[in-house]
Amino acid sequence: MLAYVVRRVIATVPVMAVVAFFVFSLLYIAPGDPAAVIAGDQATPADVERIRQSLGLDRPFLIRFGEWVWQILHGDLGTSIFTNLPVTTMMAQRFEPTLSLMLITLTFAVSVAVPVGVLAAWKAGTWIDRVIMGFAIFGFSVPVFVIAYLLAFVFALELEWLPVQGYTPLAEGIWPWFENLILPAVALGCVYMALIARITRAAMLEVLQQDYIRTARAKGIGQGGILFVHALKNASVPIVTVIGIGVALLIGGAVVTESVFAIPGLGRLTVDAILRRDYPLIQGVVLLFSFVYVLVNLLVDLSYTLLDPRIRY
Amino acid sequence: MDRRTLLKGFAAAGTLAATGRLSAPALAQGAAARTLRFVPQANLANFDPIWGTQYVVRNASAMVWDTLYGMDEKLEPQRQMAEGEEVSADGLTWTFRLRPGLKFHDGEPVLARDVAASLERWTARDQMGLLIRAIQQELTATDDRTVKWVLKKPFPKMLLALGKISTPIAFIMPERIAKTDPFKQISEYIGSGPMRFVKNDWVPGAKAAFERFPDYQPRSEPGSWLAGGKKMLVERIEWVVMPDPATAGAALQSGEIDWWENPISDLVPLLRKNRNVAVDIADPLGNIGSFRMNHLYPPFNDVRARRAVLLAMSQEDYMRAIVGDDDNLWKPLPGFFTPGTPLYTEEGGEILKGPRKLDAAKKLLAESGYAGQPVTCLVAQDQPITKAQGDVTADLLKRLGMNVDFAAIDWGTVGARRAVKTPPGQGGWQMFHTWHSGADCINPAVAIGVRANGDKAWFGWPEVPEVEAQVTAWYEAKTAGEEKAAIGRLNKAALDNVVYAPTGFFLGYQAWRKNVSGVVKGPLPFFWGVGKTA
Repeated sequence: MLAYVVRRVIATVPVMAVVAFFVFSLLYIAPGDPAAVIAGDQATPADVERIRQSLGLDRPFLIRFGEWVWQILHGDLGTSIFTNLPVTTMMAQRFEPTLSLMLITLTFAVSVAVPVGVLAAWKAGTWIDRVIMGFAIFGFSVPVFVIAYLLAFVFALELEWLPVQGYTPLAEGIWPWFENLILPAVALGCVYMALIARITRAAMLEVLQQDYIRTARAKGIGQGGILFVHALKNASVPIVTVIGIGVALLIGGAVVTESVFAIPGLGRLTVDAILRRDYPLIQGVVLLFSFVYVLVNLLVDLSYTLLDPRIRY
Repeated sequence: MDRRTLLKGFAAAGTLAATGRLSAPALAQGAAARTLRFVPQANLANFDPIWGTQYVVRNASAMVWDTLYGMDEKLEPQRQMAEGEEVSADGLTWTFRLRPGLKFHDGEPVLARDVAASLERWTARDQMGLLIRAIQQELTATDDRTVKWVLKKPFPKMLLALGKISTPIAFIMPERIAKTDPFKQISEYIGSGPMRFVKNDWVPGAKAAFERFPDYQPRSEPGSWLAGGKKMLVERIEWVVMPDPATAGAALQSGEIDWWENPISDLVPLLRKNRNVAVDIADPLGNIGSFRMNHLYPPFNDVRARRAVLLAMSQEDYMRAIVGDDDNLWKPLPGFFTPGTPLYTEEGGEILKGPRKLDAAKKLLAESGYAGQPVTCLVAQDQPITKAQGDVTADLLKRLGMNVDFAAIDWGTVGARRAVKTPPGQGGWQMFHTWHSGADCINPAVAIGVRANGDKAWFGWPEVPEVEAQVTAWYEAKTAGEEKAAIGRLNKAALDNVVYAPTGFFLGYQAWRKNVSGVVKGPLPFFWGVGKTA
């Protein structure tokens, strides 16, 4: 097991290297020019060129890539072209809001979707199943920004229960922190919840057909025990896999959610960086997201051994 | 339901919430009254007003850095940090005397050497500054409060240059900061303006904060744009960046923010229904829409093709595409200079007036030799103003019988591609759309778009000696009458040769909570004189 973990961690390095190369190459060939954005509309072409030179954007690909890799090897992701602040500082400023949003979304989505999926499987074919799956299809189909606007419309503007926008750091109190994240987490969690509920239902349906479930029923075990102790644990491998894959959904959805609710997170940082062609920042953020995704996949793989003793690494 | 309808509905609900209270703000009530929360037009992504010349940087910088002269609402430069000035009889030596007691935010006094270093940096980047630099003999501090600027030839527009409102403004910084290469960004944000920048609270893309500078000494005159007494009535100003207009509209209605610089016109009717929100025109100098044609390549290297487009285009179509049905927000503009300003002229503007002449335009286009080759039209889709104009232009060109290669890209890509001088089939272009702030079109010193000096001109690289001759005539004019006459000739020459195509003059709105007072109309948000009650 330990050897497997070490192997997987080591395997992360070439994965990240490939990601780094592709990100850098794509940005190099992508159209756009940060110097033109910096210079503004009043600048002359000569001004734009001078700024481009001062930023080193006129140098060959290999030199720029080599310097960037060298910086990364020294733990330095570079400096933002626009703000003149270290990329790590900018990402650190934005890390807490996004992490908070993702954790609350995950907690909310899993805690609602798994029981609902189990219920749908238990009541398969009944109106309860159809209603649940109807909501799941709705949640999966409606764009995040539509759900976000509707939630804000009802709960922030009509009922005045929650704020329209913004983020309060956890250090300023748990309720102010949580209050700002309720609507964004629900909006972002809808898609995720729908996905998990559908997979949970499908996995549970399969397990509920197994002989040992019939045996458990014959032994007189209650319905709750059968569903949540015997069946759910054996159905959990695909559910956990989907939860892991869904982290990518969350990252993508966070971009929209953070924009609608004006949350200063990594999603908005990414969009701003792309629109301005802030190359070091884009590279840093993409590397971070890639690393998180690789890490989540590793954790998911490791969790299989806990959920299913037959799986050994 | 489409997204726009949803946005409107979302913002509409704020009207219902007007009398109520949403969640409690983080600040206590007293602190809230001392803090003004403002939603700027864009993200303050950098904070060097000489290195980066975006409007949002200028607007924030006007709080933090002061200027020797400041433009007032009559578009006249007034003394600001300068106590007085003298110009020698031959017009070659300017001597500026600083007001006593001026201090930077780090407590150091503002000295003449700071001014000299700041002006050196500014003249390396500003168009008027470059002209002064070209004739500069010496720029020195003769004592702590006196700066002497010796020129090789007279420059009558000196005070206009030092007090201009268009970017980059001649802000005064400490010498050690001002010595930074003008093409590299500063990293210390120390000014002598009425507010100091709170660097630790700066989250680029989300928030910027400014606190009142207690040692600032405002002038005794009433505040007027960048001139007069800049008296701060709030202790702290927070800029909250909101990329989504519906969110900003809802936040304004609910009282989570106090002032929104540029609400979109779709939301204005709803904001007006809220009894706690005031809406008014933001900037009386407005904006001028435009598209530029590439003078280097066919078909627009032939003036007949350019004139054909002007003959056929309808400014009303462009303006309605940008501002909608509100007729108070636009007017036709048969020229290049801002309506309502001293140099405004319509001389030579007949080509843009009256019924549009599509048949005559087609005939003229055929005479130019146009034979159906693709016309690459760059249109930024992420800027509502350029997108609206691009759609109208595509339709116009098609009606003219042109083969439109519509390049739907983002503004960042337009910024890079418009600088490409290669032929259109090899990465170049034939048309792109933009707009200019009206404050940047009040005279030819700041209206860089109308310059026609070939390689040195703005993108499209028009070369019209007559236009340049009239720019020189304006610079050398000694009376207002001479200036006006030169601008009339310039306008005519620029339209005759179609330096670029003006698509009309349009205004925008600003909105604020009614417990905020002192909001004025201007080319940028002026925070002095703005107060707030709880």
